[in-house]
Amino acid sequence: MKRYSAFAIAREAARNHIGWGRAWAKRPPKKRYDVIIVGAGGHGLATAYYLGRNFGITNVAILEKGWLGGGNTGRNTTIIRSNYLQDPSAAIYEKARSLYETMSQDLNYNVMFSPRGLMMLAQTEHEVRGYERTAHANALQGVETEFISARRVKELCPIINIDGPRYPVLGALWQARGGTARHDAVAWGYARACSDMGMDILQQCEVTGVRQADGKVTGVDTTLGEIGCDKLGIVVAGHSGVLAGMAGFRLPIESVALQALVSEPIKPCMDVVVMANTVHGYMSQSDKGEMVIGGSADGYNNYTQRGSFHHLEHTVSALIETFPIMSRLKMLRQWGGIVDMTGDRSPILSATPLGNCFINCGWGTGGFKAIPGSGWGFAELMAKGQSPLCDAFGLNRFTEGRFVDESVAAGVAH
Amino acid sequence: MSTRLQTGGRLIDRNQRLSFTFNGTPMTGFAGDTLAAALLGNDQMLMGRSFKYHRPRGVVAAGPEEPNALVGLGQGPRFEPNQRATTTELFDGLSAISQNHWPSLNFDIGAVNNHLSKFFPAGFYYKTFMYPRAAWKHLFEPIVRHSAGLGKVTQPGDPDRYEHFYAFYDVVVIGGGVAGLQAALAAGHAGAKVLVMEQSAHWGGRAPVDGVEIDGKPAEDWVSATLQALEDMENVTLRSRLMGAGVYDHGYLLAYERVSDHRPGTAGPRHRLWRIRAGRIITATGAIERPLSFAGNDLPGVMLASAVRDYVVNWAISPGDRTVIVTNNDDAYRTALALQMAGLIVAAVIDARPTATGALPQAVRDAGIRVETGRGIAKVKGRARVEGVALCAQAGEGAVLEEIPCDVVAMSGGWSPVVHLWSHCGGKLTWDAAQAHFRPDPDRAPADQDGAPFVIAAGAANGHLQAADTLRDAAAAGQNAAVALGRDPADGTAARANAVAEEPLLPVWIMPQGAGPDLRSKMWLDYQNDVKVSDVQLAAREGYESVEHTKRYTTLGMATDQGKLSNINGLAVLSDALGSDIPQVGTTTFRPPYTPISMAAIAGEARGDTFLPLRRTPMQDWHDANGADFEPVGHWQRPYTFRRGGEDRAAAVKREITNTRTNVGLLDASTLGKLVVKGPDAGKFLDMMYTNMMSTLKPGRCRYGLMCDENGFLIDDGVVARLDDDTFLCHTTTGGADRIHAHMEDWLQCEWWDWQVYVANLTEQYAQIAVVGPKARALLENLGGMDVSAEALPFMGWADGTLAGHPVRIYRISFSGELSYEIAVPAGQGRALWDTLLAVGTQFGIMPYGTEALHVMRAEKGFIMIGDETDGTIIPQDLGLDWAISKKKDDYLGKRGQARSHMTDPDRWKLVGLETLDGGVLPDGAYAVAPGSNANGQRKTQGRVTSTYYSPTLGRGIAMGLVHKGPDRMGEELEFARTDGTMMRARIVDPVFYDKDGEKQNV
Ligand SMILES: Cc1cc2nc3c(=O)[nH]c(=O)nc-3n(C[C@H](O)[C@H](O)[C@H](O)COP(=O)(O)OP(=O)(O)OC[C@H]3O[C@@H](n4cnc5c(N)ncnc54)[C@H](O)[C@@H]3O)c2cc1C
Repeated sequence: MKRYSAFAIAREAARNHIGWGRAWAKRPPKKRYDVIIVGAGGHGLATAYYLGRNFGITNVAILEKGWLGGGNTGRNTTIIRSNYLQDPSAAIYEKARSLYETMSQDLNYNVMFSPRGLMMLAQTEHEVRGYERTAHANALQGVETEFISARRVKELCPIINIDGPRYPVLGALWQARGGTARHDAVAWGYARACSDMGMDILQQCEVTGVRQADGKVTGVDTTLGEIGCDKLGIVVAGHSGVLAGMAGFRLPIESVALQALVSEPIKPCMDVVVMANTVHGYMSQSDKGEMVIGGSADGYNNYTQRGSFHHLEHTVSALIETFPIMSRLKMLRQWGGIVDMTGDRSPILSATPLGNCFINCGWGTGGFKAIPGSGWGFAELMAKGQSPLCDAFGLNRFTEGRFVDESVAAGVAH
Repeated sequence: MSTRLQTGGRLIDRNQRLSFTFNGTPMTGFAGDTLAAALLGNDQMLMGRSFKYHRPRGVVAAGPEEPNALVGLGQGPRFEPNQRATTTELFDGLSAISQNHWPSLNFDIGAVNNHLSKFFPAGFYYKTFMYPRAAWKHLFEPIVRHSAGLGKVTQPGDPDRYEHFYAFYDVVVIGGGVAGLQAALAAGHAGAKVLVMEQSAHWGGRAPVDGVEIDGKPAEDWVSATLQALEDMENVTLRSRLMGAGVYDHGYLLAYERVSDHRPGTAGPRHRLWRIRAGRIITATGAIERPLSFAGNDLPGVMLASAVRDYVVNWAISPGDRTVIVTNNDDAYRTALALQMAGLIVAAVIDARPTATGALPQAVRDAGIRVETGRGIAKVKGRARVEGVALCAQAGEGAVLEEIPCDVVAMSGGWSPVVHLWSHCGGKLTWDAAQAHFRPDPDRAPADQDGAPFVIAAGAANGHLQAADTLRDAAAAGQNAAVALGRDPADGTAARANAVAEEPLLPVWIMPQGAGPDLRSKMWLDYQNDVKVSDVQLAAREGYESVEHTKRYTTLGMATDQGKLSNINGLAVLSDALGSDIPQVGTTTFRPPYTPISMAAIAGEARGDTFLPLRRTPMQDWHDANGADFEPVGHWQRPYTFRRGGEDRAAAVKREITNTRTNVGLLDASTLGKLVVKGPDAGKFLDMMYTNMMSTLKPGRCRYGLMCDENGFLIDDGVVARLDDDTFLCHTTTGGADRIHAHMEDWLQCEWWDWQVYVANLTEQYAQIAVVGPKARALLENLGGMDVSAEALPFMGWADGTLAGHPVRIYRISFSGELSYEIAVPAGQGRALWDTLLAVGTQFGIMPYGTEALHVMRAEKGFIMIGDETDGTIIPQDLGLDWAISKKKDDYLGKRGQARSHMTDPDRWKLVGLETLDGGVLPDGAYAVAPGSNANGQRKTQGRVTSTYYSPTLGRGIAMGLVHKGPDRMGEELEFARTDGTMMRARIVDPVFYDKDGEKQNV
């Protein structure tokens, strides 16, 4: 793999950039792999990467029905934070956040992780108490957060209106090292690194069936033919239920479309990420200058992957109240992505009823931030059969009632 | 230079001269001008700077596809960035500034990026700026952010109004060109209720500019006649300045009306968002001309051939003195003729096709204009403005044959139908190789709930570029739409247009065919985002092969014009680089809106005070007038406390509590949910909804009930009163009223639809006032009316009667531990009763109290609060509420959930009281630490604070919390961690701090 650097760019500039090779190789599938990962989203690619890097397992294929990173990994609003309430969540999200800190260097691909700081506004007394609780929990979990005053909110984000007529800002939960990253780059960077370790990334390769013998997985049927494997990792977000069906088990997951939109680009005016859960909306400004806005999920289950209007109306009016400068900006585009929701709004990282078949899903509205941590833990689970990061997220928690409920603290969890 | 012609201009009114400024320079134009036309009339070709390289840019187009001419418009709180000069109607006093440059439009420091462009190819930022690690956040990102972003930041305080409009039509026709009008006519004749919308201020679209004749008259005349005919039809509505913005499922259509952008500050709304349900949507949205990719195709003065024609014919603008036309099709020859008719010089028509023998090229030759075939442009000469073109063989590598001086290049690469609205809701496209464009595939149209296609493309938007075909197609579309909705076919004949036969175009994706890397790195595909042919080729080389990858890697089509000019050209270059066919590569997804729409229009009237519904109790005016400090609770504003004089919040709360516990207090409890559950099966139903047995409750009695979800978690609580045999009144928490109502309906409608139960939410029908404190009974007795003695109205009983002449229902229930009456009265009489209570209560020392006093008093009494002691993970057993769970029932919601192993685990945290050793107040949400850390390195915990207050009654801090095996550990001490790492010690005690035996409430 050719290393990326300013020097390499200068050298290529001299010859019209004709020397750049492929970021990831294009190879036909082998007959069999040690591990097959279904789904080349962030979570699938990160799993493969850490299987190679941490466990030396490189005879791996990542199968993608469309184009890599084209699912929710390429559709989300890129918020990264780890100020979760429950211990198991804080552990995996904080692991992820800390891996984001060095991801560009680890992958030699600039994923533009920008720890610009993130605040979750408290706009009711109840929310104040909720975030104070989170701050207390975080302090013991090793996650750096702080409950800040409304004045400090205004200093950090001057375009916020802190004394709106209905829900004045009472304070905020502040995570100084939260922020955003470039979503495509995360997928592309992992893909390039996986390919460099000799793994095969097979795009336009849809899994259509799971083969098994004696209660164990033996391979998959795909649109590129049958491919064998010793272990199978299913990492397909909104389509998890479909894949689980092929493997012969069911999941407590519902799929809904989550809405987002961006404004036209303007010069920098907001250097932090702001989430306002009472009024339902959150916003950051991308490096291009667009205001990136997240809304709610559609109120009905579906697979449409397109924008709907009704929630936007509420999201936008809430944001205009919170950020009055938004009134005269324009919406450039809106879209939706299918998110996989569990009842407790926490992921599933688990062995399954089918031997040697593992599943990683249920990241719902907030899994971009978790990508490296999830890959780290899930790779360990697949390689060793057990991982402290994944322990609490097994499928058995639904039968035992041992939920890891994160909707407790926040209505929306991005 | 660009100037205004002495005569002509079909859209301008030379009698109305308008003044405006551009970057502070005063200029004039005419009514009917767009800002772009007026700027050109003032020789202002340079209108902006590009996003990445800050290259000088002029206007390219004349409509919403314009990528370059974006300006900041207006001033102060009316300032708005990124407005298209081509769709901005000129008005007197308009002030515009150009964007994305420093210090000025003519001299922009950022243009060094242009000279360094070799170092900034597509995606360069993914390959660098990585070291040292902190540099991205502190150095590189700030630089990138500052050079990016187009327009200036808006200001708060938008003074304008915006509104929503809801409408239903059988057929909505989007586009007011000849296709749209023809389609509307056909649908209208068939009797359908029709809306026709046109995004600009003018009807007729391209036909009048292109010299089309319809039914033997100039298109202009046919347009006026047809408009008149449509206006005369009662079932047809015409609206200009209304743009189809987005198509959604089930025929839902969003349209955006710019009501007063062209006369800002006038009465009425500025924008109106139309939310339409349409039976059928006809997209008659026309087609957009494609640029050609040759080196230097982004210099100011290079324009679309059709736009040059528009400026000349519509606004009498000469974009320059000498024009070279470059094309791969016949249509662009129309521009040559239009220019010549206006007396302007056409230096040459350069046609990439080996021959051009059609009627239009012939007419151009006959007019004495030089036509060169098989030729292309090797390079546009000039720095900030076109100075000439270098001619080359299209088939070659760009060897220059000749240089032709000119100051305008009018280019045409063919036309692409506007398929955005067709595509928004899943409509698919098909590649039309003959015309080299994607057009709607009628077999894969967006489908409605019955699988029927609900969008129909018509005219040029459907790939019919010739007027005669356009009209035939549109008439059929209108007719079919109406018939599909059950109308009888009526007069569906199309008007007839003259047909000038055009010869086929030659797809030309780069010019010349064999251009080397040097030229390719100067061919712009996406003007606004500075994406060049070489960038797309680089993306393909690096393996970003999917069209979505290429788009994202290069940012092609991601600018504010959403690639209206660049999509197809970029696709073609990509497919060439990959060696595959264009249809195989496919398109990216089109997302709403068609062009950007204002955020304020999306919000509509939901602004300020009422941006969410505002709910007010009948006593709210009194609270407003009497020093209430409000807190939002759901959509209500509830008084947190009533401050008197110079009191701070804490002092006011303390006073209210002390007074209530010694005299009498008054609480506005109107926001509590009140659900009436009625019917023969009401008792059976409530037995399922609540953990308690409700069916055995006697009329006249009240019972405190708990409600759980299927998982067993406690979701609400409240007092249920049985009104008669089949009627119950269920109180819910304030926040729970709507949610619990919906929850009940959910079960009734989806699971137990055959049970005879009806639920009505009467929350707002009653005002409810809690009269609380040792003197409460004396006060009520003083009012005159019903018997409120302990015998007539015992604790946990209720009775109907009158008080001070008001019909009331009184519940003997208490959330404070005091003697307490909750009085319900019809909402309209709430304020009067409140006033009477205050007046008569003076002698008893009455004071109103707010939500904080309510919370403290309930905590002193050890009552749980939904949302504090519960958070969606707590079962009643955790809170020591086992007594409220009926053991006699077969089932209730949550019973099975509560039987799961984790729920019955003896290790669960359970409710206790907490008493700090130093009398201080525990911090909200603090955790009790346990020794050691877990497998993930987190400190272990053994409990947490759920409610914590200073108790004025006890004169110390009190708290409730959930603690590991808490009730078995009375008297033990725990350490609670503050966020700064210090500890606070507290002892586990009984959660009831006040009147443990309930003597005060039960008197
Ligand atoms: C609008 C929106 C905003 C969001 N905002 C945020 C945010 O701000 N912060 C945050 O942390 N998270 C956010 N999220 C959530 C986040 O995007 C997801 O949780 C995360 O990207 C999921 O990654 P993934 O790899 O699991 O799934 P995906 O990226 O969806 O990858 C799954 C892949 O599996 C492939 N696949 C499916 N079926 C098959 C098959 N049969 N064979 C082969 N391949 C298959 C799919 O094509 C897809 O590429 C948001 C999501 C949305 C939709």
